[in-house]
Amino acid sequence: MIFQDYVFYALAAILLFAGLRVITTRNPVQAALFLVLAFFTAAGIWLLLEAEFLAIVLVLVYVGAVMVLFLFVVMMLDINLDKLREGFWDYAPLAGFVGVLMALEMVMVLGSKHFGYSAPEKHGADYSNTAELGRLLYTDYVYPFEIASVVLLVAIIAAIALTLRRRAGTKHNDPAKQVRVKRADRIRMVSMPAEKDEPAEGEQK
Amino acid sequence: MMNNAITYDLIAALPEIFVLCMAMVVLLVSLFLSARTLYVSYILTQVTLLGAAFITVSTHIPAVGYAFNGMFVDDPLSDILKLMIYLGTSMVLVYSRSYIALRGMYRGEFFALVLFAMLGMMIMVSGQHFLTLYMGLELLSLCLYSLVALDRDNPRSTEAAMKYFVLGALASGMLLYGMSMIYGATGALELSQINAALFNGMADRSVLILGLVFVVAGVAFKLGAVPFQMWLPDVYHGAPTAVTLLVGSVPKFAAFAFVIRLLIQGLQVLTVDWQGMLIVMAVLSISIGNITAIAQTNLKRMLAYSTISHIGFLLFGFLSGSMNGYISSMFYISAYVLMTLGGFGMILLLSRKGFEAENLDDFKGLNQRSPWYAFLMLLLMFSMAGVPPTLGFYAKFTVLQAALQAGFVSLVIFAVLMAAVGAFYYLRIVKLMYFDEPQDHAPITPSPDMALVLGINGMAILILGLMPQRLMELCAYAIAHSLQ
Repeated sequence: MIFQDYVFYALAAILLFAGLRVITTRNPVQAALFLVLAFFTAAGIWLLLEAEFLAIVLVLVYVGAVMVLFLFVVMMLDINLDKLREGFWDYAPLAGFVGVLMALEMVMVLGSKHFGYSAPEKHGADYSNTAELGRLLYTDYVYPFEIASVVLLVAIIAAIALTLRRRAGTKHNDPAKQVRVKRADRIRMVSMPAEKDEPAEGEQK
Repeated sequence: MMNNAITYDLIAALPEIFVLCMAMVVLLVSLFLSARTLYVSYILTQVTLLGAAFITVSTHIPAVGYAFNGMFVDDPLSDILKLMIYLGTSMVLVYSRSYIALRGMYRGEFFALVLFAMLGMMIMVSGQHFLTLYMGLELLSLCLYSLVALDRDNPRSTEAAMKYFVLGALASGMLLYGMSMIYGATGALELSQINAALFNGMADRSVLILGLVFVVAGVAFKLGAVPFQMWLPDVYHGAPTAVTLLVGSVPKFAAFAFVIRLLIQGLQVLTVDWQGMLIVMAVLSISIGNITAIAQTNLKRMLAYSTISHIGFLLFGFLSGSMNGYISSMFYISAYVLMTLGGFGMILLLSRKGFEAENLDDFKGLNQRSPWYAFLMLLLMFSMAGVPPTLGFYAKFTVLQAALQAGFVSLVIFAVLMAAVGAFYYLRIVKLMYFDEPQDHAPITPSPDMALVLGINGMAILILGLMPQRLMELCAYAIAHSLQ
């Protein structure tokens, strides 16, 4: 039990440090990598909470897919950092004040004495977190689950509608046309009578 | 037993399922249409709205029914709001058809996104669970963000879409954070369970209030109440007018339902706490909205600030905390949507290829160009200002009456004074239309369907203002049979 506490505090400390570095580091690639670290430690904390499936999904989806995409974008775009940081110190005092105020409020309200829950009971080794999540998702929560799929569909439609352009003059091929093409479209067979005798070299001049 | 429950779920959500299927049909059919035959998508969309209205009417019963394990509610309030949403969306499409055709936005995605946005509103209206309410809101918002950006070569639209997206994401975050606090305090996500937990007094108060603050902030952002109104003028101004028409009108029904579900059905025990927050927002919205609108020269921006002040009046109905107040709020939101549709419809009417009639000067001398449309605009402006006998007067009157009954005398006096300030900028348009020389002499040639619907819209404001009983009874029926 005491060992788990140590693990939790170590992971929490790394998570806080990584989160802080994400917003303070000057290099966007480093910021993205710190975010990866934050995701990993968060997954570790979820493992301690017996949410194994969610922890693995967090690593697979966020680290494996989202962050890789993110790094690609960061590396491909030429981001001017000085322009992004313009006005940072102008807003810093006000933002800091509001931030500290909100943090204090949360500390006051979110202590354990306000939440009257005892620790949940431990499950045995044969308990399947994944099966339980799946059962809930496809029975009790099937309605929001379906709505989530519609939201994803709308995201696809919107992304395509906003970015797909047909510019005049681009040299792209239409695969359907390419497949349907026949020999007759490309080659014109012309029957010509063969020349009887070839003129000699010097005669034309 | 199990099968019956599933059958009931599907019947209760039949309008949503129908709209979802038809949105995908519209999307697919549009792929096979050329620019000349794209009117088929438009007709399909209108048929969808008609079909959804038919399904909603035929499955209507004056009782509250829950489906999907209490995540979905089918009550008279949701049915009537859905019917209003179909009607409003249909009018939006009629008004915007020629506008989007002239600006290269007449594509299948436009109609599909409008239908998906409407699906989001329907889900919000029928939401009975934090998750469904939130998912519906996200579906609606995502469609609106992309619709604002749809005119993608226009830098102003892109900027508006970006602002809307970033601020909207922030507001969603606040809303979710507040919801998680309330979940932590009550242990429930379903609204009736939350209400029951609060009623038993088991929840910790300080956590609840923190959650409530964030929830109210999130809701206020979506409504556009001060101090969460920054996005509204920029989005209204930057978006293509056809999309502004959509953003400004029908989603307010969904936002109204959102407030009813969250604050009144879920957090009724905390009425005293949210009442205070709503009072501050209502007073600020009415004063800042009306005073800033005076300085605007762009009609779309002016209508945005006018929206902020209308939202302030809407909050007056909520903060009175009585059944009467909620009924008057519903009446007010219906009147507001009708007026907004007409107002932006007039801008669309006067716009033509390469020209946006969005400045106040474009309305100069409208009476000489077309006395009939000048008269319709006069009715709309009188109604927004709250001049009797138009619909807007009666709406303001009922809302303030409810607040007066709840004992907010000084607030009501303040609101009336601010409404008088607001009358200035509405009547200025009337003056421009009737007493100034026209700068623009282009003939006004709307399509017959638009002329007909706009005429009915304008006259409805006068007729409903003279005879508000039927609409009032409808609102009273919806609220009384849904809130116990």
